[in-house]
Amino acid sequence: MKPFAYLRPASVAEAVRAGAGHPGARFLGGGTNLVDLMKLGVESPGLLVDVSRLPLDRITRTDDGGLRIGATVRNSDLAAHPDVRGAYPALSQALLAGASGQLRNTATTGGNLLQRTRCPYFQDVSKPCNKRAPGSGCPAREGAHRDLAVLGHSQDCVATNPSDMAVALAALDATVQLHGPEGERTVPVTDFHRLPGDNPDQDTVIRPGELITGVVLPPPSDGAVSLYRKARDRASYAFALVSVAAVLSVRDGRVDRVSLAFGGVAHRPWRARVAEDLLRGAPPAEDAFARAVDGELEAARPLRDNAFKVDLARRMAVGALVELTSRAVPA
Amino acid sequence: MSDSTRVLGAPVVRREGRDKVTGTARYAAEHTSADCLYGWIVPATVPTGRVTAIRTADALAVPGVHTVLTHDNAPRLKEPDDPILAVLQDDRVPHRGWPVALVLAESLEAARAGASAVHAEYTTTGHDVVLTGDHPGLYIPEEANGGHPGLRERGDAMRAFEAAPVRIDATYTLHGLHNHPMEPHASTARWSDGHLTVHDSSQGSTAVRNSLATALGLDRNRITVVSEHVGGGFGSKGTPRPQSVLAAMAARHTGRPVQLALPRRYMAAIVGHRAPTLQRVRLGADRDGVLSSVSHEIVTQTSRIKEFVEQAAVPARVMYASPHSRTEHRVAALDVPSPSWMRAPGEASGMYALESAMDELACALGIDPVELRLRNEPQAEPDSGRPFSSRNLAACLTQGAARFGWNDRDPRPAAREEGPWLLGTGVASATYPVLVSRSAASAQAAPDGSYRVRVNATDIGTGARTVLAQIAASVLGTDPENVQVDVGSSDLPTASVAGGSSGTASWGSAVHKAATALVRRLAEHTGPLPPDGLTVTADTGDETAQESPYARHAFGAHFAEVAVDSLTGEVRVRRLLGMYAAGRILNSRTARSQFIGGMVMGLGMALTEGSTMDPAFGDFTESDLASYHVPSCADVPDIQAHWIDEDDPHLNPMGSKGIGEIGIVGTAAALGNAVRHATGARLRTLPLTPDKLLPYLP
Repeated sequence: MKPFAYLRPASVAEAVRAGAGHPGARFLGGGTNLVDLMKLGVESPGLLVDVSRLPLDRITRTDDGGLRIGATVRNSDLAAHPDVRGAYPALSQALLAGASGQLRNTATTGGNLLQRTRCPYFQDVSKPCNKRAPGSGCPAREGAHRDLAVLGHSQDCVATNPSDMAVALAALDATVQLHGPEGERTVPVTDFHRLPGDNPDQDTVIRPGELITGVVLPPPSDGAVSLYRKARDRASYAFALVSVAAVLSVRDGRVDRVSLAFGGVAHRPWRARVAEDLLRGAPPAEDAFARAVDGELEAARPLRDNAFKVDLARRMAVGALVELTSRAVPA
Repeated sequence: MSDSTRVLGAPVVRREGRDKVTGTARYAAEHTSADCLYGWIVPATVPTGRVTAIRTADALAVPGVHTVLTHDNAPRLKEPDDPILAVLQDDRVPHRGWPVALVLAESLEAARAGASAVHAEYTTTGHDVVLTGDHPGLYIPEEANGGHPGLRERGDAMRAFEAAPVRIDATYTLHGLHNHPMEPHASTARWSDGHLTVHDSSQGSTAVRNSLATALGLDRNRITVVSEHVGGGFGSKGTPRPQSVLAAMAARHTGRPVQLALPRRYMAAIVGHRAPTLQRVRLGADRDGVLSSVSHEIVTQTSRIKEFVEQAAVPARVMYASPHSRTEHRVAALDVPSPSWMRAPGEASGMYALESAMDELACALGIDPVELRLRNEPQAEPDSGRPFSSRNLAACLTQGAARFGWNDRDPRPAAREEGPWLLGTGVASATYPVLVSRSAASAQAAPDGSYRVRVNATDIGTGARTVLAQIAASVLGTDPENVQVDVGSSDLPTASVAGGSSGTASWGSAVHKAATALVRRLAEHTGPLPPDGLTVTADTGDETAQESPYARHAFGAHFAEVAVDSLTGEVRVRRLLGMYAAGRILNSRTARSQFIGGMVMGLGMALTEGSTMDPAFGDFTESDLASYHVPSCADVPDIQAHWIDEDDPHLNPMGSKGIGEIGIVGTAAALGNAVRHATGARLRTLPLTPDKLLPYLP
């Protein structure tokens, strides 16, 4: 078999040292994506640094009333946590909309953020793919791309990020905690994943040797309600055609706080800043929602077979905002 | 026979069920030993062409790799009875995914790593993998699958169509579909003293044994093929597949046992698929809905190496009375993997189109779709003129309608809402022919009062062992528990493949005949039985050689209720109800499972399953179960299967018709018709995923 080294470090510092000291190293969480990719030959790490047993499996309140989620917290545990269900229902819903029960029991928070695209060309080493083999080309542009990006893609790559969890985290203004050879830093989830540009081999802004240690959620805003909706080809165990995470609060008959993120449409969770700017202070009404979402989706550049995603994103976002308006506590 | 009435039809539990759920049942890949080598196929990475060079040095350098077989060094085969088995014999690549090398190693992991280190070079010419309705290569084959004529005409269907006051002319499109049984195809082969034993995941080990004998140039009695437990097949294991030939060849070449299991991702290219079909249906009727013209024209594909024609126009020869009819198949040979059997080949695909068109006609006429079908019930089989041995389609439709609550249905489309959901109901008929093949069986009475039945049936998860015990017990006047049933080895009396919904009829007839003869022998016998008991053998060659004067088919009706999310276009099934007339049901528990399993597969065909042929690369895009969407549990709602007890004396000694396939037939049409009722949108391409629904939603 293709030999690789396996290391189970006892501390974050040891994990980071190991990761930084070995150019072919990969951190192993639940392995639900990485191990598959190793079998497919897409990934062939020389060293697996198993971080799944590091003491990063806690969910704790932060001093300001937010929540800190350790990187090895399993998706199932995170979805079921009372504080998540109570204060961040969109996150719980997003997690439960993803994968299958068995996979959620294994997959970790950090690993979920780092899962790779399910673009069929990326997963097939007999075909070109700029993400897997930079410079080899992107057959998806003219090929099977119904499930791929409509926003923010490039000539080199039209892949989508497959995560549900990351979409909710983007809408909730979560930040990623990183620990690397040069110390610790935090990056907003919305900046953590990249657009493909001309180097789609880089999914994220993570630096060599950096380990995700946790995700921090800011305190929930007063009066805000949130939800996650996902449209898919079957009722379970399917990636999003389009998903939407939305947070809304209404004050004095006007939209106060709003945040909106799309999944399944881009190389990263797509935070809809244009729509949010148009919505803030607007009346919480369907036509205003539609105008704002249309404003966001003007940037869409659908491919031959995925224009439906633009319509679907619009319908789902407007539907989500209407739904949240009906639930919002008037303030 | 009171015993017979008690035993046949009883909900007897599958006898190997406990072994399966506790993991003690061994499947084909689980018959390895310490000295076993493991195989991994190297698939061609071009759509068509020739291998110009294969470099194996890097692969052989991978630790644990033992041998790499290519067309340069693989043992020569005699010409196999199926061209898909001629693997590693020459440099030709007929389609992407065709095996060009086999790596054998001390572990599965080493074999896989070795396979990725094999470097093949190819010459390629332009490839042709896209089926179109005007493809220049289309021709009418002499026969479609099942030996049916490629073209049948009665009267003048076109003239009658033009003259009809009400006409439907619609074209339906089905993409390729994949069988994807839970257990991937696998073989473990071992040579011992010149005798080859292959554990193969197959629907019929006699057929595999015979194919191996032909390909390897061996006497059949030097080969034993065992298919003891099989994790489904849905037709893809109904014909011998390359893994058995490769494993046998590799075991002979290396002198060691060889296990070869296909990875899921390689299956689409190697184990057959339901070919895509473009189906034009033209129905002409009078204003009362009485058909005057039925035309069903199929365009489909086959591969370059073998002609397989999905016989989708054949059910139109059976279903409805019409003085004029034209049923035609046209096929083009493309640079694609060879299509083959997938659950109800012909009926599943053809009845989607025909039953959708009948719904369109009902809508055009303003006649209830159940009533429309009743008005077109034939007196005899339309195409052959033969009388039906039994035909209870009308009873299935009316009794199914009553159970489903169809009769107070508001026919208006897009008229029922429940929150964001648009609700609708649909109906479609089902049919599947009664098939039977020659089989042999032995029945033995032991001195201790127990019995043993031996027949090379294959239990692919259906409960074959169990129902054969019931059949034998009903004749012998004993409990099924008192009958040992040996199946799944080519060393047993020769029997037919588990396919075409014919297994129970074919094997059961042989078992019934042997058991009947044994009863006679026992009646003649005096004194205690000898230590080896009494054994008789029976063969149904005489019975199966006689052509029945009757048209023999099972029929059914499917009723569906769907909810369509008006925001997203997601279709969710609320209820499915199947009503069947399939002769005598021999085990109500396993039969219900078969019906329901077929309906779930039809649900997948309608809503979730679809395969994309990649025009650039010549392969199917959806290559794993994350991307090829078989229904998940969450997709499967309240499903009910019911049946009418038929007493048909023209079938077989048990009075049974096949039940393995009819559940899928018509289910997709019922769901599509329900979606139309819910939304007003008549969609003629499956699967009905949100992208197809969105343009029609409010």
